Amino acid sequence: MSFPWAKQYTPTNGFMRFMDEKLPLPRLVYNAVGAGYPVPRNLNYMWNFGVLAGFCLVLQIVTGVVLAMHYAANAQVAFATTEHIMRDVNWGWLMRYMHANGASFFFIVIYLHIFRGFFYSSYKAPREMIWILGVVIFLLLMATAFLGYVLPWGQMSFWGAKVITGLFGAIPLVGEPIQVWLLGGFAPDNAALNRFFSLHFLLPFVTAGVVILHIWALHIPGSSNPTGVEIKSESDTVPFHPYYTAKDGFGLGVFLILLSIMVFFLPNYLGHPDNYIEANPLSTPALIVPEWYFWPFYAILRAFTMDFFFIPAKLMGVLAMFSAILIWFILPWLDRSPVRSGHYRPLFRKFFWFGLIPAMLVLFICGGAPPYEPYVMLSQAATAYYFLHFLVILPIVSKIETPQPMPYSITEAVLGSDKKAVLGENASPAV
Amino acid sequence: MANSTVPADSADPALHGAETGDDGVRRRDFINIAAVSALGVGGVFVLLPLISQMAPSADVLAESSTDVDVSLIEPGQSIKEIFRKQPLFVRRLTPAEIAEANAVPTGSLRDAQSLADRTKEGHGDLLVTMGVCTHLGCVPLGAAEGENKGEYGGYFCPCHGSHYDTAGRIRKGPAPTNLVVPDYEFTSDTVIRVG
Repeated sequence: MSFPWAKQYTPTNGFMRFMDEKLPLPRLVYNAVGAGYPVPRNLNYMWNFGVLAGFCLVLQIVTGVVLAMHYAANAQVAFATTEHIMRDVNWGWLMRYMHANGASFFFIVIYLHIFRGFFYSSYKAPREMIWILGVVIFLLLMATAFLGYVLPWGQMSFWGAKVITGLFGAIPLVGEPIQVWLLGGFAPDNAALNRFFSLHFLLPFVTAGVVILHIWALHIPGSSNPTGVEIKSESDTVPFHPYYTAKDGFGLGVFLILLSIMVFFLPNYLGHPDNYIEANPLSTPALIVPEWYFWPFYAILRAFTMDFFFIPAKLMGVLAMFSAILIWFILPWLDRSPVRSGHYRPLFRKFFWFGLIPAMLVLFICGGAPPYEPYVMLSQAATAYYFLHFLVILPIVSKIETPQPMPYSITEAVLGSDKKAVLGENASPAV
Repeated sequence: MANSTVPADSADPALHGAETGDDGVRRRDFINIAAVSALGVGGVFVLLPLISQMAPSADVLAESSTDVDVSLIEPGQSIKEIFRKQPLFVRRLTPAEIAEANAVPTGSLRDAQSLADRTKEGHGDLLVTMGVCTHLGCVPLGAAEGENKGEYGGYFCPCHGSHYDTAGRIRKGPAPTNLVVPDYEFTSDTVIRVG
């Protein structure tokens, strides 16, 4: 957002003056992430994850393009070329482990980013479009991660491909033809692996496109902040550069230390050992679970074991799993409370920390556990709560809740006082 | 001809450029509709090959039948075969398993079929099914020695916990129908041809 006090770009040499007149790219960058973009001064570390997610996307694209130089998408050799990358290609082991663990870290970052949005209601007006584009990015991310996991053609790859394409087979009438169309056959085989490779290459660039829209949409109202109080004057903000480039840089350093620990010392901790067994179309591994970042949604899928009136259990599970995410699209219209930040919403806060978060943890644990009791029952209870939270509890809470007193401005929240608050709106800007 | 329906008073400034017909329809609107329709039809024909290239190719569709020798399967044993790149279970049931399957009232099942419906006459002990769970397509356990056969002594799908009985019928869990019995026939007393 171009707040009136935002610094203006001034070219400092002849070349930059030339560029600014013909193609003002430096000006665009300056206004997007440079000193030309004023940001609330009170952002906490939960506001680090957007930049980290952007970094993850770049990391995955770079390592992915490198891996694609050595990988062959053919069912006969896919598993072998993956091992060829691990053993023969210079630094291949590093590229592969960074790409695999990079996916996990991408999801850690994205989940924290999303739950930041949940708690501080970053989805509320005027930021609905940022949120909606974010959900689109999340869906793209899940599709990309799924397609990528199929490529090594291990046991989990093969059976994951079978089960996930089977989800579409649950759709009445057109389901079976859609599944056959997706696979290019009646079971995952060469045709499926080959097209999954092509799409796994394509989708990150689509994601990058939506990310640009996401950032564009963010820069119209400007960043949200932990108080949920909108920016009122210059004293509420600091320029993005150098203040937040430095803070994000620190966060990136911590992130890279953690990623390095995983890549160098525990590269297989987040993976499934069965994917080191080559795909066998005749035998499903006894304990088959998806990657950890799909567990909560996988648990919702498995929670439906009984037919629900005329809807078969299979279709019901698929519908529930997809709607668990699609419901986020209408979240801005479910939570109607005028107060944004969870800090000033006592009732909302209780349901967030003691309702939604435990329910997600239970779903996470159940999704990774075998489909026996008590996990089935637990995931059913948690699934029920999950939908209740969004569809019933949030709308009711936002109606009946009495919010706590909020600071007049971001400046007051940080410094304890705001000259304007005392002297009135027309006072000269506070320092 | 193009001007045949244009009223004589088309020079009237109020109607200039409108070329309104007798029924008040502008002929220029039709040109718009025709052009956009042609574009739409063309667009569909561009999309069609782009979509249908992903459907099974000729070599995948050119699938043949599979012959299976069943003479060496002892009661209580199963073999796994490949039929159209998917697993096929051929199981010789023990008398106890047949009795168990027949003891269940057919009407009480989610997918009502008796054991006799699922086997060939004169070969009531030979159960031929696809080894593909009808939920999301995993291979159920139970065909090989020592595998979990589930709560009904048949097959158990590890993916989402579907239980099948000794006749391969769904009894518990998310799967909607029984394990599929493919088309097959006995070409001799000991050989079946599937497909």
